[in-house]
Amino acid sequence: MTVKQISAFVENTPGALEKFTEVLNRNQIDMRALSVAETENFGIVRIIVNDSYKAACVLKDEGYVFSVTPVLAVELPDTPGSLYKILCTLREAQINVEYVYAFTARKKNAAYMIFRVADNDKAIDALSDRGIHLLSQEELEAM
Amino acid sequence: MEKYFAPEIECASRDQLRAWQDERLVKTVHHVYDNVPYYRNLLKEKGIEPGDIKGVEDLHKLPFLTKDDLREAYPTGLLAVPMRDAVRIQSTSGTTGKRVVAFYTQHDIDLWDECCARALTAAGCTKDDVVQVSYGFGLFTGGAGLNGGSHKIGSLTLPMSSGNTDRQIQFMCDLGATILCCTPSYAAYLAESIHERGVRDQIKLKAGIFGAEAWTQEMRHDIEQQLGLKAYDIYGLTEISGPGVAFECSEQTGMHINEDHFIAEIINPKTGEVLPDGEKGELVFTSITKEAFPLLRYRTKDICVIHNEPCSCGRTFRKMSKPMGRSDDMLIVKGVNVFPSQIEAVLINKGYPANYQIIVSREHNSDVLEVNVEMTPEMFSDSLSAISVKEKELIDAMKAMLGIYAKVRLVAPKTIVRSEGKAVRVIDKRNLY
Repeated sequence: MTVKQISAFVENTPGALEKFTEVLNRNQIDMRALSVAETENFGIVRIIVNDSYKAACVLKDEGYVFSVTPVLAVELPDTPGSLYKILCTLREAQINVEYVYAFTARKKNAAYMIFRVADNDKAIDALSDRGIHLLSQEELEAM
Repeated sequence: MEKYFAPEIECASRDQLRAWQDERLVKTVHHVYDNVPYYRNLLKEKGIEPGDIKGVEDLHKLPFLTKDDLREAYPTGLLAVPMRDAVRIQSTSGTTGKRVVAFYTQHDIDLWDECCARALTAAGCTKDDVVQVSYGFGLFTGGAGLNGGSHKIGSLTLPMSSGNTDRQIQFMCDLGATILCCTPSYAAYLAESIHERGVRDQIKLKAGIFGAEAWTQEMRHDIEQQLGLKAYDIYGLTEISGPGVAFECSEQTGMHINEDHFIAEIINPKTGEVLPDGEKGELVFTSITKEAFPLLRYRTKDICVIHNEPCSCGRTFRKMSKPMGRSDDMLIVKGVNVFPSQIEAVLINKGYPANYQIIVSREHNSDVLEVNVEMTPEMFSDSLSAISVKEKELIDAMKAMLGIYAKVRLVAPKTIVRSEGKAVRVIDKRNLY
């Protein structure tokens, strides 16, 4: 159970991120989650949106270089130690985490995080065994 | 008081110089015709017999030689003596991986050293001086040339090579270097470093010989002021021998060409027509005393002017201006020849589209080479580290091809400026000419 993340190349220059969000805004694309990773010269903007197909078409038309990556969207109780528990599970299963970022939703008492791991299938099995809820694409789009 | 290394030659009458040139040109034409099949074919194609060349007045009959000929003849196609008689090679970077290799007999090394000795002497160098040679050593001619010239004079020579600024400054202070030989940008960098370390009062430099790259009058004044020396320009190219083909005297109004060894012409780069002194065009050299690698009418691609007005220094050699540009797209970065086609070759070789832009700038008087490459879907990855690995591979491949570090900057697709549909490949922000 993975969700689609769109990762786009954006230059590390003033206005580059603004232009990117303007494209999404103009096309009425709603973001669920956003993360920016940067180097000296460029960045990768990672987004989860309500309509990945439309977002991909729009970005292609606008000349962006991007990729669609399957990532895990994890719902975790909004209590101390819940992230720790997930990371313990992944460590026990020997799964490397490449990056992680959090996002919020309207639901109370829950937190959401995106995990990019080395092996999605293995991670899904390990987390599901511990009763950790992974969001589906449909759930995410309906949020 | 002007000093000369070889006054009887450097101040010889124009008639005497012309007589030497006539005699040596005739001899060189016979030498290459007899010993180099490549030349023989070239001359036969033009219907020229060695006997047709009776002196400098017949020079224009000879065909031009270009870097393409040198590449085609790589590695030994223009070698004019048996390999066992050559004692050294020097080399310069060429395009698409093929370098130019120049051969020297001991006689050729001696005459090159003599040319450099004349340049050093014109800058005031004597046996009592300490000469710090901070040009690169190795295949690059800078270090070897000035090192040889300094030996010839009998000065104490510090063969420092380039880099390791701490050691450069330490030796400069501890051994009391009086003459510095390096690229002008390295001289400016050394000057800055000396001031930062607060050791300016321990510096005894009185003259500097700075060549292998273009520099402005402002830069000359800056270096002169900061290091308390007089800065002299020097010109040369590996194909013809190396530094010392031409050198500046105390008048600092152009570089005297060592005309007893090299005949200089200025041509219209488009038509090949020989232009009179005082007119701007491409510089062409014929070496008339070399044994292993004599070149007839070699097109340097450097644009400059030759002046024949008498010089107050007493030398009778004509003077060439600083190069004012190139008739090809070659860039000189940190003293190293860089062709855009070399960068293109690396990109294509690594599977990138040939969509790039080269930006050369000068930061703290040092050249910075930057290559902008447009990001492609193939190159892109969701992982920053994966992109960094590819970026590093590209930087390493550029370094292997060019011999110098080029910063690679990945830019958004379709952002490289195109003018009239054609991409602008090179932006030189240095304003050197």
